[in-house]
Amino acid sequence: MTRVNFKLQGFSQLKEGTLHDDFQKITIDEKQYNVDQLKFDNPITGTLYGTLLNYKGEYEQLKPEMNDKPYQKPPQAPILYIKPINTFSTHHNPIPLPEGEEQVQIGAALGLVVGQTATKVKAEDAYDYIKGYTIVNDVSLPISSYYRPAIKQKARDGFCPIGPWVVNQGEIRDPHNLAIRVSVNGEVKQENYTGNLIRPIPELVSEVTEFMTLYEGDVLLIGVPENQPLAKEGDQVSIEIEQVGRLNNRVVHEDDVFVSEVAVDEAR
Amino acid sequence: MKQGRVLYESTLHHVTEVDGRIQLKDGRLVEEHEVEWLPPVETETIFTLGLNYADHAKELSFTSPLPEPLVFLKGKNTITGHRGTTVRPEDVEFMHYECELAVVIGKSGKNIKNEEALDYVKGYTVANDYAFRDYLENYFRPNLRVKNRDGCTPVGPWFVSKEDIEDPMNLQLRTFVNGEKTQEGSTKDMILGIPELIEYLSSFMTLNDGDMILTGTPKGSVDTKVGDEVMTEVEGVGRLTNTIVSE
Repeated sequence: MTRVNFKLQGFSQLKEGTLHDDFQKITIDEKQYNVDQLKFDNPITGTLYGTLLNYKGEYEQLKPEMNDKPYQKPPQAPILYIKPINTFSTHHNPIPLPEGEEQVQIGAALGLVVGQTATKVKAEDAYDYIKGYTIVNDVSLPISSYYRPAIKQKARDGFCPIGPWVVNQGEIRDPHNLAIRVSVNGEVKQENYTGNLIRPIPELVSEVTEFMTLYEGDVLLIGVPENQPLAKEGDQVSIEIEQVGRLNNRVVHEDDVFVSEVAVDEAR
Repeated sequence: MKQGRVLYESTLHHVTEVDGRIQLKDGRLVEEHEVEWLPPVETETIFTLGLNYADHAKELSFTSPLPEPLVFLKGKNTITGHRGTTVRPEDVEFMHYECELAVVIGKSGKNIKNEEALDYVKGYTVANDYAFRDYLENYFRPNLRVKNRDGCTPVGPWFVSKEDIEDPMNLQLRTFVNGEKTQEGSTKDMILGIPELIEYLSSFMTLNDGDMILTGTPKGSVDTKVGDEVMTEVEGVGRLTNTIVSE
């Protein structure tokens, strides 16, 4: 039993519900539904910030280059980026594959949903500012260098499925002990877990809010684990985060995203 | 027409400029210092160009052309209004202003062609895109700790509709620190002009109504200290004032 908040397509208000049976069933207003009967909308309202190089494995992979050009030295403060609203998408919505591209990178991230204005938060108080957790697929075209902001790779339309829901913060006893699993067409391509962080959640929230305020509804990703799987046109991608849920999307050619009812149905 | 958003007598007002004074919708005229200025437009995605003036790029010792335009994004936390304050952290040795023409997008579009780009522009405002060079790191440079600090991007005072600016690619930019001119340039020296920027960005993502593009700054960035009053001006668009304060 997991208490969640979510938004359904076509309904303006946020709803509360209770998940059970391994995320298959949900109870809303005392009625039970199959999760796959519902059309979930993007549950977040604010700005979405990603965090680079916060998984130990991802950091280790770049470490041999960190003292060379162009990086010169290892990163000192959290390195963040913004996924703008044109990227926001939903559970089951197609991920557009841009014309001329063969594949996209799947960025499986736990998102911290901010519950109240957070400025210069102390690490020990960080959880007071987190309303809940959601799954974010930080989709990207492959990035060859982290030197410059990767807008062209990361800020494409539809490159940020979010959801399906936000799990209330109190439901997860230890957010650093969650398995992350990415499957492509049902085959597991990546496994990691949320404990492998350079900056655990309290330190990350503290060091980020030292220089910028997070507002209610904003989302901060804890990072994306190393060895991101690739997905090509037609691939069905599923990100599962233990105790949080599953976020499913199919990769569709960009020309077909508005009319991809077939693709959407197949994704269910 | 110049339009602004201000707080006056604890109420949000949409105002216009009349002979250097501020006119509320009910016709009352008030003075600039009697109101609290908010950013003139509510923005969605905020794009910023780095190294978009050849002389500024040279000043920062970038000599060869960039392989790709340098674009970064800002969050809403960093936007503040005219006559506001910006914090200079104690450990910073080099904090400089950047006077920029800000372009406000008026309708949504993708794959916009250069020659149609100005149809997608609603108007302009002035931005001061402060940088804190001590915090620069070579990962997603300029990193958000340099460019997305709370209240470090003053915008305003006015939103000026497109029709009022004859040629946005020929406007003088000037910055004055405590009344002394420290920066001067012209939008005609942008490496990528407004139409090219709109074409570039919309070639890979949808631009939305309300998005804002900060188009970069010319040379003349000098360190600013606590107590300095920084006035960034774009010809015909406005004069934006900001005061630097300590933590």
